[in-house]
Amino acid sequence: MIRILSVRLLQALLVMLAVTAIAFIMFRFVGDPVAAMVREGATQAEKDALRATLGLDKPLVLQFIEFVGRVLRGDLGTSFRYQQPVASLLMSRLPATLELVIIATVMALAIGIPLGVLCALKPQAVLSRLTQSMTLVGISMPTFVTGLLLILIFAVNLRWLPSSGRGDLVDLGFWQSGFLTASGLKSLILPSITLALFQLTLIMRLVRSEMIDVLSSDYIRFAFARGLPRSYIYGRLALRNALMPVVTVTGLQIGQLIAFAIVTETVFQWPGMGLLFTNAVGYPDVPVLAAYLLFVGFLFVLINMIVDVLYTFIDPRLRTK
Amino acid sequence: MAWQSLLHRLPPVSVMIAGLILAIVVVLVIFAPMIAPMDPRDVSSYSLMDMEIPPAFMEGGDSRFLLGTDNQGRDLVSVILFGLRISILIGLGAVLFAAAVGVVLGLISGFFGGVVDSIVMRFADVLVSFPTILVALLISGIARAQLSADTVLLWAPVILIFAIAVNEWVQYARTVRASTMVEVARDYVRAAKVIGLPSGRIMMRHILPNVMSSVMVISTINLAGAILTEATLSFLGAGMPPTYPSLGTLIRIGNQFLFSGLWWIAVMPAAVLVILVLAVNVIGDYLRDRFNPKLMAR
Repeated sequence: MIRILSVRLLQALLVMLAVTAIAFIMFRFVGDPVAAMVREGATQAEKDALRATLGLDKPLVLQFIEFVGRVLRGDLGTSFRYQQPVASLLMSRLPATLELVIIATVMALAIGIPLGVLCALKPQAVLSRLTQSMTLVGISMPTFVTGLLLILIFAVNLRWLPSSGRGDLVDLGFWQSGFLTASGLKSLILPSITLALFQLTLIMRLVRSEMIDVLSSDYIRFAFARGLPRSYIYGRLALRNALMPVVTVTGLQIGQLIAFAIVTETVFQWPGMGLLFTNAVGYPDVPVLAAYLLFVGFLFVLINMIVDVLYTFIDPRLRTK
Repeated sequence: MAWQSLLHRLPPVSVMIAGLILAIVVVLVIFAPMIAPMDPRDVSSYSLMDMEIPPAFMEGGDSRFLLGTDNQGRDLVSVILFGLRISILIGLGAVLFAAAVGVVLGLISGFFGGVVDSIVMRFADVLVSFPTILVALLISGIARAQLSADTVLLWAPVILIFAIAVNEWVQYARTVRASTMVEVARDYVRAAKVIGLPSGRIMMRHILPNVMSSVMVISTINLAGAILTEATLSFLGAGMPPTYPSLGTLIRIGNQFLFSGLWWIAVMPAAVLVILVLAVNVIGDYLRDRFNPKLMAR
């Protein structure tokens, strides 16, 4: 158990190192940091002085080590576009993205798991068939098209819900929350549905196929033979085992979730980190791009570790090994 | 009875419909300049008089413009046909590029094993942990920072193909590597090695034909993904420019008119995109189940 975790930790560190190296290369070589920061009409001497103060004249290895040190201290450089420290820029956008992603994931799990179980237990039911045929359409429908259609129906035609922004926010000091106002919650509805849909399809399909697998196994047949109540067999014995891969996949899908959050935030002009990133691509704001890459790499490694630990809680067999 | 067994072997109706749709798309795309009622790039062929006409089946529609016109008076059928062309070309380009890189690296990893194998596969592991759209957006951003605006415009399709393929080759490499490792242990490969054939020749002439079927299946499934990624990038403004619009660019343009009630400018290209991707997905699923049940859905 500890051995497995330490191997995973080592792998995680290697991934982080690789990502940091790429971010460093972007900071250092994409565009000219001196040209981006120096005032207009500066002399060569002034440029050289700036180059020296930024430490760009030192050997590369030394520069990389200094870069890692700065990243560890939370210094991610200055945005070309906003002239603000990138770290504080990212932090100010984090609440918007987190609120969106959490609501969407909860929605996807709350709807996807029951639907998947239903499709496995009663494949002939009308709702099951409907869900099954909708999933292929769901996979083929790009996120931005889903968002666009929702805006068209609920914002343009029916005028029920806002199509962009976060509505009124409540400032909790460290966190700008949209959960506490009516307009904040209304603004959350369309983007979170858009983001939830793709996860929902995936979770539903997975739960269904895992459930079908588990239901045909010996211990379930034995449980039926013992005459245990159906709700106990389905809910406690079968679903618990069928949910194992769901935890893994939900965790591993974090990359996809980030990608779809970028698209969703852009469609709904949701002022989160994803929108910051797409705007940085167009500008192009290299420090923001590199910092975002670092953030995603870190998040990915973190989630992977959490999934590993969660696994040992759900599956007692892993604890003894 | 002969006809019954023939009927049994025919693919399901959904697959045949998807095939028909794809066949129509291929014809439309190849002959687009002849089929399209007008050339969207030729300013003299359209006029502002015709702007913002709804589709022909709606009130106020015009029979000359089946799907309506955009804000500049361009016929949407023509604009979509040319956009479809660009979307498909970039999708195919990305799939071919990814397949070429992935197959070669997969063959080499599987054939030689050892250090080469570990390096390629660990690199692939790190790469796939980042979603294609994120990597493609990063590459697009880097290209914008490094190159002049004119160069970016001119090379947009190449940058897109590269940006999409950077992540997609991994799947080919993994599959080809696994199959190659099986083939390498077989007698015919051992015999080829014994008679002293060069490694490159064994890989290309002897092993490659035996792993091609899975490459074809992955390519079909990846084509749908590549077209979607291209559309998403163009929609986000990091893909094809409005001067050479793909379906994604058209939807991006149409998005600006959503609130003016001109829904068809965005919805028509979006519908074409969804139908195209759905058709490719249906066929890809069918091919996967039929030729290679062990290949997992992504």
